[in-house]
Amino acid sequence: MRVLAQVAMVMNLDKCIGCHTCSVTCKQTWTNRDGVEYVWFNNVETKPGVGYPKRYEDQERWRGGWQLDRRGRLKLRAGGRARRLLNLFANPDLPQLDDYYEPATYDYDTLINAPAGPHTPVIRPKSAITGDDMAITWGANWEDDLGGAPEHAHGDPNLAAMAEKVRLEFDRTFMFHLPRICEHCLNPACVAACPSGAMYKREEDGIVLVDQDRCRGWRMCVSSCPYKKVYVNHRTGKAEKCTFCFPRIEAGQPTVCAETCVGRLRYIGLVLYDADAVLDAARVADPRDLLEAQRKVFLDPDDPAVAEAARASGISDDWIEAARRSPIYRLAMRYRVALPLHPEYRTLPMVWYIPPLSPVLDAVTGAGADADDPDNVFHAITDLRIPLDYLASLFSAGDTEVVAGVLMKLSAMRAHMRARTLDGAVSGDLLESVGMPAADLEEMYRLLAIAKYEERYVVPAAHREDAAALSAQAGGCSLDGDGGPGMSEFHPAALTGRRTDGRTGLKLFVGKGGTP
Amino acid sequence: MSVALWVVVPYIALTVFVVGHVWRWRVDQFGWTTRTTQVLESRLLRLGSPLFHLGVLAAIGGHALGLLVPKGWTEAVGVSEHAYHLVSVTAGTVAGVMVVAGLALLLARRLTSPRVRRTTTRTDKALFAVMAVVILLGMAGTVGENLIGGGYDYRATIAVWFRGVLTLRPDPSLMTGVPLIFQLHALSAWVFLAMWPFTRLVHVWSAPVAYLWRPYVVYRRRTARPGSTR
Ligand code: HEM
Ligand code: SF4
Ligand code: SF4
Repeated sequence: MRVLAQVAMVMNLDKCIGCHTCSVTCKQTWTNRDGVEYVWFNNVETKPGVGYPKRYEDQERWRGGWQLDRRGRLKLRAGGRARRLLNLFANPDLPQLDDYYEPATYDYDTLINAPAGPHTPVIRPKSAITGDDMAITWGANWEDDLGGAPEHAHGDPNLAAMAEKVRLEFDRTFMFHLPRICEHCLNPACVAACPSGAMYKREEDGIVLVDQDRCRGWRMCVSSCPYKKVYVNHRTGKAEKCTFCFPRIEAGQPTVCAETCVGRLRYIGLVLYDADAVLDAARVADPRDLLEAQRKVFLDPDDPAVAEAARASGISDDWIEAARRSPIYRLAMRYRVALPLHPEYRTLPMVWYIPPLSPVLDAVTGAGADADDPDNVFHAITDLRIPLDYLASLFSAGDTEVVAGVLMKLSAMRAHMRARTLDGAVSGDLLESVGMPAADLEEMYRLLAIAKYEERYVVPAAHREDAAALSAQAGGCSLDGDGGPGMSEFHPAALTGRRTDGRTGLKLFVGKGGTP
Repeated sequence: MSVALWVVVPYIALTVFVVGHVWRWRVDQFGWTTRTTQVLESRLLRLGSPLFHLGVLAAIGGHALGLLVPKGWTEAVGVSEHAYHLVSVTAGTVAGVMVVAGLALLLARRLTSPRVRRTTTRTDKALFAVMAVVILLGMAGTVGENLIGGGYDYRATIAVWFRGVLTLRPDPSLMTGVPLIFQLHALSAWVFLAMWPFTRLVHVWSAPVAYLWRPYVVYRRRTARPGSTR
């Protein structure tokens, strides 16, 4: 057993109002630069919907993630090593800018410089890539709140797998938002696909990063990530991705997207796991067993043997203590209400989701029944195939039992707290039907509904003696360089060539996009 | 004059080539990349880039064979001048056609796709210009002299001179009688080599062969030296 710690996230989808605050604050922090105009390390998509980039979940097309070969061995879906090296000259699976969207800006100067005249001046959208006039026809969440869904949403690969009837009905029955960041997978396909070894998983906290000094622009990671969470900076020609805000995490703070989340629905904490068990878990034969296999990789921090092994692998006591208080471990393992997104990609993702109950509640209310009555809801959960099938195709490789079980728990929690608050009566039947003791339901309620800041984020700071080394490992700042986030402000290094790490950093040959 | 062209120019170019690479490697890891543009345009690239690259790699192999291997050696293993000529001209022409077609596609792409055009740097433009000249002169030589013309045995002159340059015993007199087209090709190639370290061509040295045996998932730990892989 080799114990490693992983910083992980859980999002409670019922609470997401689709406000995009997370996306905007993330963009301001990390991708507010030339070359990554179209890039959203955090994006929020409406489901059902085609997503960002379009139809990224269609692995027949993009060939991201892993699959088992005929002998049951784990293999990148894009093919073996030699085959992918032969594809280096042109990557057959790479999404195009139009699969994301063409970023636009406006000629704002017109507002100020237009000559006096009878008409109010109008600004026109200009492509942020070419500077030409353009019509804006797509965006990172074009079908927000199902806008245009009748036209587009049938392109959602999750719906495509479902029956015809479902496809026609979904827009009358349900909708929810799905915020996505990089999953910081335990078995990251992006890292495995990187030919130059520039991508790596940090042993200390599991964060997956691109070493900007070693990336050579082979762009294999971009297509191999099944979640399409590595992007090409078209100005530097290098890959960039969500950093899990590692400078903040090292300081013991939550990520920007979590800190600013309006719905306060994100949880961050540690999970201890057995690194030696990862590959076996990723190659179980039946995709529906992947969820349970991944859970088995996680280690119980309250188990003295685990704590002992963790210490032996160099994990400090305060980190083990933080792992014990981890909201992630509680939601994923103790209450078992959090589920991974698309476990069938076999990357063992580490951003998990509590599936939304609201589609079911909406459907109950829509049918004229009382959504507060747990019986109605329980029936609806099992009877309403549509939301259930859909959620299962997102979160449990199609296993509706799993999703139904989670929704029952959420519904029981509401009913239980309601009964307790109104008349103090606690229904034993209810607790039994979902297999959770009252104490657990109440604790879960505290975590999900009260959701105190200190309970949502249990992030132990990196040890000060290590923090400097951690940052140095990322090359000062891994994105510090011309066109990197570190360069969005005036940076004397650009003039003097002197960098904080003591090396000379002249940047001569990466030209400015748009100004040849 | 012939010393300047056939001794001084080569050594300047080679010095710039070597020193330039060392300097760029040490100073500019961040700029060391293919600077991929495939997200901006893929259709023409998927045709042009493999054509160009496979052709160029074959052409480089051919040059190595033609310039570095002395004529005596091939004859010693029983390859007659005629057989050698036949093979080199056919293979060279096929590779050349691939390179030219690939380059044409890549150039067309740079010109016709507004997204790629606007993100083309001055360095790219200079590189494409010089590269096109080298390639066209080379093709003109191969086609004009060897395919259509009587055939020119460059292994008796150019190759000997080239090996002389590399072994620090340059003999400019070998180049004086060489057809103009080959002279120009050689000169432009030196310019091309001198540009190399300052362009995206540095990606060639990073061809990721080690990927074939590396473990799939790379972990890094703080005890490791920054920048090293475990
Ligand atoms: C040795 C193996 C090589 C590999 C694996 C390789 C790979 C690549 C890749 C991935 C690109 C980026 C294509 C894109 O996505 O835009 C590229 C571009 C390019 N390569 Fe190579 N290359 C190799 C050798 C060479 C050689 C020997 C030359 C010429 C001497 C060369 C010249 C170029 C040029 C000119 C471009 C720019 C193409 C364009 O954007 O129009 N490459 N190469
Ligand atoms: S989700 Fe993140 S860690 Fe996982 S494969 Fe994609 S980029 Fe890599
Ligand atoms: S900030 Fe929170 S509530 Fe708003 S879209 Fe993002 S995840 Fe949803």
